[in-house]
Amino acid sequence: MKTFLKKYQSYIWIGLYTVLTILSFIFGFNPGKDIFGNFGQSFIEMITFMPFLFIIVGLFDVWVPKEKIQKHIGTGSGIKGIALVVLLAMLQAGPLYGAFPVAYILFRKGASIRNVFIYLGAFTSMKIPMLGIEIGYLGIEFSLIRTLVSLPLFIGIGFLMERLLKNSRFEVYDGSQAKEAAK
Amino acid sequence: MFKNVLVPFLSILIIVAIVLYLVPPDIITRYLGENSGILGFSIAAVVGSITLIPGFISYPIAAGLIDQGASYAVVATFMTTLMMVGIITLPLEIKYLGQRAAIMRNALNFVAAIIIGLAVGMVMGLIR
Repeated sequence: MKTFLKKYQSYIWIGLYTVLTILSFIFGFNPGKDIFGNFGQSFIEMITFMPFLFIIVGLFDVWVPKEKIQKHIGTGSGIKGIALVVLLAMLQAGPLYGAFPVAYILFRKGASIRNVFIYLGAFTSMKIPMLGIEIGYLGIEFSLIRTLVSLPLFIGIGFLMERLLKNSRFEVYDGSQAKEAAK
Repeated sequence: MFKNVLVPFLSILIIVAIVLYLVPPDIITRYLGENSGILGFSIAAVVGSITLIPGFISYPIAAGLIDQGASYAVVATFMTTLMMVGIITLPLEIKYLGQRAAIMRNALNFVAAIIIGLAVGMVMGLIR
């Protein structure tokens, strides 16, 4: 029973939420409607970046051979590898959790720990589509300064994470429940 | 692959929606707009770390904060912690990176976000 609950936890949660939302609309329960409004906004954001995410993951999975990734962004790839992962991150869109599947595929194909974390760092706050919106709201000076201050810190974090995780059998998992249980 | 990604993403979005209901944007604007000192800075860092607000909602909030007189340091800290640190999304992150690496990444990014906030506030103060 307990393993059943753990295995289907997400489905139960989504199902429960769906039922409660439908009930909220039937009985006019306002908090329920508001939460659904918030959910809708996040959901729209999610479906706008999902197709691109899957294209990138799919492309890397099928078309880019492991040797290529290892050579360009693997261990010992140096500054060019850093530039490549930053560039890849900048071309994407979406919130951080959208980057984890890409991090998984990069790591599985031989990217170094350092470059995986530099990729995640750059993904958090240097995406070009987001920079466009940011400049619109907060001005070019703000975005420029923020980006220039952030980049060296992300690279530093990448080096630090690699140093801390190098000897601890670190790997990026594919995000499924089963893998987590094995951990 | 599709199922592995979509289901956890949807569950996180539900939690995000509930938290956003409990901490609505106008409350964030009120508290951060009025407190631009150390208190505002700390609220910005903590609220930004816990919550996850979609970009096209958070940028209008940030612009509103500046209009209300919040300092650039507070706004930059809020925006960077929102993007870089995710307590709500931590369970999802652990599924990909493992517990140790996920917690380490969030801790390091929290420190980085504070540095970024202070640095951006300082430089903006110099050029404005």
